Amino acid sequence: MRFLFKTDYEDDIRLFPHSGYVVSYGLLLAVLLIAPYVLSSYLMSQLVFVCIYATVGVALLILTGFTGQASLGHAAFLAIGAYTAAYLQKYNVPFPVYFLAAGALTGLIGALVGFPALRLQGIYLVIATISFAFIVEEILARWESVTNGNEGMRVKAMSLLGVTVSRDSPTFYFLCLAVLVLTIVGTLNLLRSPTGRAFVAIRDSETAARSMGINVALYKVKSFAISAAITGFAGVLFAHKLSFISPEMFTLQLSIEFIIVILIGGTFSLHGAVLGAIFIVMIDPFLTYLKDDMPGIIAGLAATFGAGAQSAGNVQSKVAAFASLNGLKGAIYGIIIVLFVLFEPLGLYGRWLKIKLFFQLFPLYKRATFKRQKIYVKSERNR
Amino acid sequence: MLDFVQQLVSGVALGCVYGLIALGFVLVYKATEVVNFAQGDLMMLGGFFAFTFIGMMGLNYWIGFAGAVAAMALFGMLAERVVVRPILGYPQFSIIMATIGLGYFLRSVAGMVWGTDDFKIDTPFSQGVLRIGSLVLAHDKLSVIAATVILCALLWLFFNKTTLGTAMRASSENMLAAYYMGIPVKRVVSIVWAISAAVATCAGVLLAPITFIHSNVGLVLGLKAFPAAVLGGFGSIPGAVVGGVLIGVIESMAGFYLAEGWKDVAPYIVLLAVLLLKPEGLFGLHVRKKV
Repeated sequence: MRFLFKTDYEDDIRLFPHSGYVVSYGLLLAVLLIAPYVLSSYLMSQLVFVCIYATVGVALLILTGFTGQASLGHAAFLAIGAYTAAYLQKYNVPFPVYFLAAGALTGLIGALVGFPALRLQGIYLVIATISFAFIVEEILARWESVTNGNEGMRVKAMSLLGVTVSRDSPTFYFLCLAVLVLTIVGTLNLLRSPTGRAFVAIRDSETAARSMGINVALYKVKSFAISAAITGFAGVLFAHKLSFISPEMFTLQLSIEFIIVILIGGTFSLHGAVLGAIFIVMIDPFLTYLKDDMPGIIAGLAATFGAGAQSAGNVQSKVAAFASLNGLKGAIYGIIIVLFVLFEPLGLYGRWLKIKLFFQLFPLYKRATFKRQKIYVKSERNR
Repeated sequence: MLDFVQQLVSGVALGCVYGLIALGFVLVYKATEVVNFAQGDLMMLGGFFAFTFIGMMGLNYWIGFAGAVAAMALFGMLAERVVVRPILGYPQFSIIMATIGLGYFLRSVAGMVWGTDDFKIDTPFSQGVLRIGSLVLAHDKLSVIAATVILCALLWLFFNKTTLGTAMRASSENMLAAYYMGIPVKRVVSIVWAISAAVATCAGVLLAPITFIHSNVGLVLGLKAFPAAVLGGFGSIPGAVVGGVLIGVIESMAGFYLAEGWKDVAPYIVLLAVLLLKPEGLFGLHVRKKV
């Protein structure tokens, strides 16, 4: 086990606490850089979605994980980013300009949403963000001169420095990866700056933060604006990846998916956003795989355990019928969410930390290290 | 003028629907401070149970209704035991997510069991209309209004006048202190879930002639009932009904007088405006934390 002796504040806020971090993240980056030359085009496309979802996840983490303001309206921010890109692209605005413009506009709208949110707490904030998302969705469907209404908008392939970048090319993947990495590094820097410290203080106790001289209103609005702006950037990439956008893509369902990303990944660390994004994006191919291959596998197992060919075939068709029931995906989604909340509230990254600690402390690991405290005196109603 | 009154009445009827569902939200919140995002789906499931008893098994309407309410009360207790009890005492966010997950699960299971078609139940109220002057009121809508008023009054009496109701209010304020006072908190919470599932079933069955029953009805109506509960101030029983009626009236007025598209958005705009002026809803309590 490695002990880090910190003798200075600079030691405490280093991005890479020790050389092990440089090695492991360097390796990860190297793997990600050679990925497009190794993986199939389908997996590459999923990887691009992982990058986009993870970017939104990081944005949501800033707001929900670190400032403690729940939002079920991030699909609306994504939509604003995507539509800004699609609209400006019609007028031949170059990519870097509309990329930045989308972020700026979304950030501005995020700040505007942040103002009413200042006075709202907990469940009231959740419903306010849901309302905002509904209103945006309706505007997108009705403002036909700009958004083309329910017909949706086509998004052409982007041209970067005069070169057309198709949505399936490695260059597009590298662009998404770069946006994700820059977002993560920027957020890490933000979190070790006074602004980030203020966010965390507000999350832990608003009253205490205010007593320490933190301008709670200002920082809440900042948090909303930053989170929205990052989501706006992700929206531009999302629009380019899908190449077609319409209002019904940006529903409450998508906002819930983003929340699930950080919930499954873990809400206390940026790793969570990436792990959660991998989980959410990869669950679809995984379920398809199960649907196609599971009946055969189970029938094979049944045959191994002594079932006759007749009954094994029976089992296979039963399982196949069950797997192709429509709505099964929703049920599995639901079960996964409930199981994570019940048994792994720290998410996938929490599980990773537990496994790591188990081996570090080998015979001495105890479960109580990660036990959460239950509070039966509810404070959410009167704070 | 007649148009206005007609719109007003149909808005009130629609609003009572939202109010009925919102009552379920408020009950659970009032007793346990848990926001149950699966409330609409409990309603949907109640409707399907009633459909099974009445439409498929051919029972009498009232017997089927009672059977569905009883079955759903048991189901509510089961859901509380499995999903909510292990995480009581954790931050509200976890519980919201757990109930969202439960909602997903119930919706798809209902879709798998009963299919994705629309179903309807034949009720004694499906046919008739009541005429007052030139005003026409359908019996099914009147039945919803009457049921809402009765249920609201009963629940208000229950919460404010009975020992069990007082115990519920006590455990919502402070579970630990309530436990020390000899209140069986776990049982209280489980009874609250049973009641709220039963109320949801009443809503589901009464709605069956109006909205039909399909696996997504809970999501659609739940999302309207939720603003109703917030508008009234989460945690106030009359507030839920008033909020529901307000949302219903706004929706039907906006649908009649304003351009297309306003109907769906108007309730949310009003909700945002109210939250801006009065962040704790119309009837909510405003309490400051003391440090």
